[in-house]
Amino acid sequence: MAEKPRLKLPKEAKKGDIIEIKTLMPHIMESGQRKDKDGKVIPRKIINKFTAEFNGKPVFSADLDPAIAANPYIQFSAKVEESGTFKFTWTDDDGSVITAEEKITVA
Amino acid sequence: MRDMTRRAALMLGASGAALTLVGWNDGASAAVKEAAEQIAKFTGGKEPAKGKISIELPEIAENGNTVPLSFSVDAPMTADNYVTDVMVVSEGNPNPGVATFHFTPLSGRAEAATRIRLAATQNIVVVAKTSKGEFLTGQKLVKVTIGGCGG
Repeated sequence: MAEKPRLKLPKEAKKGDIIEIKTLMPHIMESGQRKDKDGKVIPRKIINKFTAEFNGKPVFSADLDPAIAANPYIQFSAKVEESGTFKFTWTDDDGSVITAEEKITVA
Repeated sequence: MRDMTRRAALMLGASGAALTLVGWNDGASAAVKEAAEQIAKFTGGKEPAKGKISIELPEIAENGNTVPLSFSVDAPMTADNYVTDVMVVSEGNPNPGVATFHFTPLSGRAEAATRIRLAATQNIVVVAKTSKGEFLTGQKLVKVTIGGCGG
C-alpha cells in the first residue's frame, strides 16, 4: 500500500485568484541507474506522471523522468473562478495510481 | 638523475590529467548532444528563442540527490495565448530527460517547482512551447559537489 501524499493549498480564495498548490508524494523514485551490492542494476521504479484537475477540467500535469528526486515535490499554480474540488493523481511505473482530493471555497 | 625523475613524474602527472579531462569532455559532450536531440524532438527542429524564461537553481549544489528547481515563463496565460508545455533537460545526467510540464489557461501562471537529481556539474535547459507554436528557451549552470546518481 502506497503512502499518503501531502498537499498544501488554500481552503478559500477570491474569484479569479491564482493560488499556489504544493504536493509531495512519498516514493523512492528508484532511478534504474543504481546497482545493488552484487553489482546488479536495481530496476527503475518511479512515479512517471502527475496530474491535477479542477472540477474535472485539466489544470496542470507533468511527465517525470528518473532525474526527479525521491519523494517527488511538485509546486504549481491554478486560477480559480468557482468553488470546487481539485483532484490529484500520481501514476507509478508498476501501473498503480494514487489519488487525492481537496476542496476549495471561492467567493 | 633525481631531477629527471621529478620531471618525468611531473610529465606523467600532466598527461594523466589531460587524459582525464579528455575523457570527461567526451562524456559531457555526448550528454550535451543527447540533450540537443531531445530538444529538437520537442520543437520539431525549430530553433527556440532565448529569453522570457527565468530559472531558479542553486549556483552550487552540494548534494546532487535533491536540488531545488523552479522556473517561470513570462506569458499571458489567456485562452488564446498561453504556454502549453515546458520541458526540462539535463546536459550532464545519464539521461537527458528531467520532466515535461503541461499547462492550461486554468494554470494561471506558467511556472512550477520541483526537486531534481544531478549527476555532475552541468547546464539545465528549459524549453517552453506556446499555444501559438512558438518556442522559448533558457538555461542555467549548476555546479554539483557530490553527484546524485548513486553509482
